[in-house]
Amino acid sequence: MSDTTATSRPLAAPVLSTRQRVLRQLLRDKAAMAASAVILLLVLTAVFAPLIVALVGHGPNEQFRDTGLTAGGVPLPPGSLFLLGTDVVGRDLFVRLVVGTQVTVFVAIACALTAIVIGVVVGMLAGYRGGIIDTLLSGFVDVVLGLPLLITAVALVSVYGASFGIMMGTIVFFTWGPVARVVRNLVVATKSGEFVDAARMLGASDTHIMVREILPNIAGQVIVYGSLLIPQVIVLEASLSFLGLGVPPPTATWGGIIAENQTNYAVAWWSILFPSLFLLAATLAFNVLGDGLRDALDPTVQRSR
Amino acid sequence: MLRFLLRRLLFGLLTLWLITLAVFVLFFLATPGDPALNFAGEFATAEQVAMVSARLGLDQPVYVQYLRYMWSLLHFDLGMSFVNQEEVLATIVRRMPATISLALGSVAVWLVIAIPAGIFSARRSGQAADRLITMAALAGMSFPTFVVGTLLFYVLFFQLTNAGFPIFPSGGFVPITRDPLEWLRHMILPWATLAVVGTGTYTRIARGSMLETLNQDYVRTARAKGLGEQRVMYKHALPPAMTPVMTLVGLDLGGLLGGTIITERIWGLNGVGSLAVQAVESGDLPVIMGTVLIAAFFVVVANLCVDILQAVRDSRVRLG
Repeated sequence: MSDTTATSRPLAAPVLSTRQRVLRQLLRDKAAMAASAVILLLVLTAVFAPLIVALVGHGPNEQFRDTGLTAGGVPLPPGSLFLLGTDVVGRDLFVRLVVGTQVTVFVAIACALTAIVIGVVVGMLAGYRGGIIDTLLSGFVDVVLGLPLLITAVALVSVYGASFGIMMGTIVFFTWGPVARVVRNLVVATKSGEFVDAARMLGASDTHIMVREILPNIAGQVIVYGSLLIPQVIVLEASLSFLGLGVPPPTATWGGIIAENQTNYAVAWWSILFPSLFLLAATLAFNVLGDGLRDALDPTVQRSR
Repeated sequence: MLRFLLRRLLFGLLTLWLITLAVFVLFFLATPGDPALNFAGEFATAEQVAMVSARLGLDQPVYVQYLRYMWSLLHFDLGMSFVNQEEVLATIVRRMPATISLALGSVAVWLVIAIPAGIFSARRSGQAADRLITMAALAGMSFPTFVVGTLLFYVLFFQLTNAGFPIFPSGGFVPITRDPLEWLRHMILPWATLAVVGTGTYTRIARGSMLETLNQDYVRTARAKGLGEQRVMYKHALPPAMTPVMTLVGLDLGGLLGGTIITERIWGLNGVGSLAVQAVESGDLPVIMGTVLIAAFFVVVANLCVDILQAVRDSRVRLG
């Protein structure tokens, strides 16, 4: 084992400089930096949600029928007491959005990570070993891509009941296959590289080759794919919640808040606008960051600039 | 060519079969509780459940159930709706006009905007205009459909109508055969709802593909031998650059024809997507399975058509 690490040292040097180059390129990309700031803000909001809720002093499902509604029972617009206004039953919209951020960030990260881990493991095995795993994988991905995503998801959730677990399972079911296909194709393109032959000749095991030789080479593209998968997961979760098939109420989610207030547009435009803005900020930030990462990792983009 | 067609057709049929198998497992076998109960609906009496159980052959072994299911599928029999006792296939066919109007119209809208925008952007690669278009496309891609729909509903229906300009209706579908003008009036906002995401995605794809083609050697050759810019652009670069775009159009159209749940729901279009949601809400399992299968059928057929069209245009695909 020690001699394989010795031979991989000259290879490790350019990898490190690539990382530095990528980082430098990213730091220069103003859009990507702004997107990172938004993502950081969302994650911090999710992490400190209980603290923020305690500071505001309004429960997410607490109905302020006296202070949160006008005498006529109409929701309050954004103001000093209710930062982003209230909804028709007098709940604090800001607090609900903060709690919803928790759900979104958790679901996005958990589902995307699970899908990527499964996708990378299966995709690497399929690409490296080929044979039956490869055939099964391509069959499975064809079936998943053939099933209409939202209709099947809605049908599944309806048959198995709406719950947090079912929703996340559905999202992972629909997202890991395409990740595996991308990884598989990357592995097939990478495994014929000379450095793989070299490692094999030095007696490296298949596991070592997959994890230590091939994985670092495809990691960049996997990260780009992952950062572009997160907005898809966010939209999917919000869409399911919007259709009333995601996280069961009264738990606040962005999609759920928009659905709850869809008929209240005439009296409370803020109850639709702000959740939409939160959602849009999240998806746009991840898309911009993913785009920036792809540009930074793609050497051909460098040359054309 | 014939060999390719046959192989591709066989492959499409295999995928379709795998999908029917997946639907069988997901909705027949793995359902928690008694499937007869699911089929009979929530409010069925014990006799009704027993009757459904016998009619569907649920008292028989799994492989018999599967064979019966496949047998009826092969006869284009998707079963009966439990809510209105109508044939599932007939119900779906009746819902197709709204879905087809929505799918074809929105794809047309996004292509008309995205392709020129993508080409324009690619020709000014790296300039301010390019960066602006790329950013706008990214923003369009990031808009969840239900957010677009809700916002369009609020601004272009509610506010505009309130301001005294009732240009757009709040929703509903008017068949084109009844009144083409009303059909158009009712379809514009639904088209826009679906087209925002599509325009964003396709602008990026068209731009990327055009950029790649413009960097090809043969385009440089065409320029070098003194052809005019217009001729290079539209005769040499455009056709090959649009191939990946057209491939995706085929696939997306296939997906959209299976029903677009959110857009149909927001705009009250009685299409296949809203049928699926209604079936889910009333627990109408035969209709749920039917809509999933029909939608999958469209995706597989679209895949097949795209592959065959590409093979006709490009002999490398056939041999590869």
